[in-house]
Amino acid sequence: MNFKKILSRVLVYTFLIAIFVISVFPFYWMIVGMTNSAVDVIKGKMTFGNQLVNNFMTLNTSYNLSRILFNSIKISMLTVMGTLIVASMAAYGFEMYRSKTRERIYGVILLSMMVPFAALMIPLFRLIVELKLLNTHAGVILPSIASIFIIFFFRQSFKSFPKEIIEAARVDGAGELRTFFSIVVPSMKSTYAAAAIFSFTTSWNSYLWPLVVLQTDNQKTITLLISNLASAYFPEYGVIMTTIVIATLPTIIMFFALQKYFVQGMTGAVKQ
Amino acid sequence: MVGNEAQTSLKSKNVSYERILNRYGWGFTFFALILLITFLFYPIIYSLYLSTMSSKGIVQKFVGLNNYIRLFNDQMFLIALKNTFTFLVIQVPIMLFLALVLAAILNDKSIKFRGIFRTGIFLPAVTSLVAYAVLFKMMFSLDGFINTTLMNFHIIQKPIPWLLDPFWAKVTLIIAMTWRWTGYNMVFYLSGLQNIPYDLYESAEIDGTNKIQQFFYITLPMLKPIIIFTTIMSTIGTLQLFDEPMNLSSGGVTASSIGPGNSLLTLSVYIYNLAFKYMPNFGYAAAVSYVIVFFAAILTIIQFRVAGEKD
Repeated sequence: MNFKKILSRVLVYTFLIAIFVISVFPFYWMIVGMTNSAVDVIKGKMTFGNQLVNNFMTLNTSYNLSRILFNSIKISMLTVMGTLIVASMAAYGFEMYRSKTRERIYGVILLSMMVPFAALMIPLFRLIVELKLLNTHAGVILPSIASIFIIFFFRQSFKSFPKEIIEAARVDGAGELRTFFSIVVPSMKSTYAAAAIFSFTTSWNSYLWPLVVLQTDNQKTITLLISNLASAYFPEYGVIMTTIVIATLPTIIMFFALQKYFVQGMTGAVKQ
Repeated sequence: MVGNEAQTSLKSKNVSYERILNRYGWGFTFFALILLITFLFYPIIYSLYLSTMSSKGIVQKFVGLNNYIRLFNDQMFLIALKNTFTFLVIQVPIMLFLALVLAAILNDKSIKFRGIFRTGIFLPAVTSLVAYAVLFKMMFSLDGFINTTLMNFHIIQKPIPWLLDPFWAKVTLIIAMTWRWTGYNMVFYLSGLQNIPYDLYESAEIDGTNKIQQFFYITLPMLKPIIIFTTIMSTIGTLQLFDEPMNLSSGGVTASSIGPGNSLLTLSVYIYNLAFKYMPNFGYAAAVSYVIVFFAAILTIIQFRVAGEKD
């Protein structure tokens, strides 16, 4: 290796390590922050303190953490279940029983992915009020079940599902619904896992729509709690850090445990 | 005669069979279509109708295009529009270029610890937008971690007013967004690079090209479809920017100014304010939202055009 090559190697690694440290450091900082008092957090103290229990106690007694966590888990779980059933059935319907009309509808659906949420937020809000779903979890869940991205993601996967198997099941006299639920679904586990992770993180992290729909404190989610705490006049930074760690933990665990599906869920639909 | 009869019966059997399958097609898509019509198509169309109305409280009257004309004289709207485009034009290219460079480096098989680098750089993408915005707000406070560290290393003499000055507030938001989304985009590029045969690089190496030439002559052209895709996604994402400016600014939802001197006011935040914070004017807010639709459509078409021309 000549000098120039070694130099470029050193530069490349320095660059990589710098980006790596910048990417990972805030995670370290929030874990440290969870154990520190408000003053220490804001001063940027980088070592562990002894306020962890205190921060938790404050969260539990003043902000009803268990209730908030229950709300978040309930909303995310129901959204995931609804989305998996509705979106995968729709994708199967579009892909396996093709018709001109449905292809056109599918085209319109894909196109509407381009419409920003802000453009439908106001009529959606009025609709939720009409349906008496304001300040209910159903009001948050229902509009997010038919996720276009996940319908698209499922359809891309169904494209590679061997049609002969479905034909064979038909010849054997299995009904269409039974074919779907007992042959297709069980053989697409990784697709379902990826879609579930994507749907869960989206729902768990969502902010704008829950902010509009959920109005009383005992209905709110953990994401809304972070936002509330941070906009207080005298923010309790240690408590905020604890909340951030709690809110980030489920997605991080999922990421490390199911990394393959996690990345597949985000990029899988693009490959076709 | 007999054969003909058999054929017609087979044909009619096929037709009725197709009809049954078609019915299943509607059956499987039924729930999704009902939900999409109710919670997506109806609001989109109703919003367009609403944008031609003026509503103060419950009184509504038809004003035609007046809401859209009013936009041109609305200082707040013009600020929001300018801010949104500033973020779009500066942040998106920086982030996508950084993501491309990182992907190109991490695709090189001679680099050690590729898996660890990849995972670490992707990690910010698992945080919620609200969580990281609040985290950055704390790190970039006046006597916060960033200023303390920079002063300890004698890089700056006095603290930078990150979130207290209109210019620096924008810089902070751009840094924060780049932190959150670079790794995310990198993963798209990495998966795209898998489809480029590795020996293409090896033979280019033999031909005496250096890494930078390989980046511009092999990596960029081969990744073009994915670059277009990520550009469109980032454009639409930036046009909808809401969680970050709302949570980086002090006071959050109830603040009178989003960032110092409204320097972080974006179109989506303005829509929220018009609809839910000030005296609600749903009609005017709907008009602003259609401005976003308009720009999303125009920019997407332009990006597709650019993609098409060079082929």
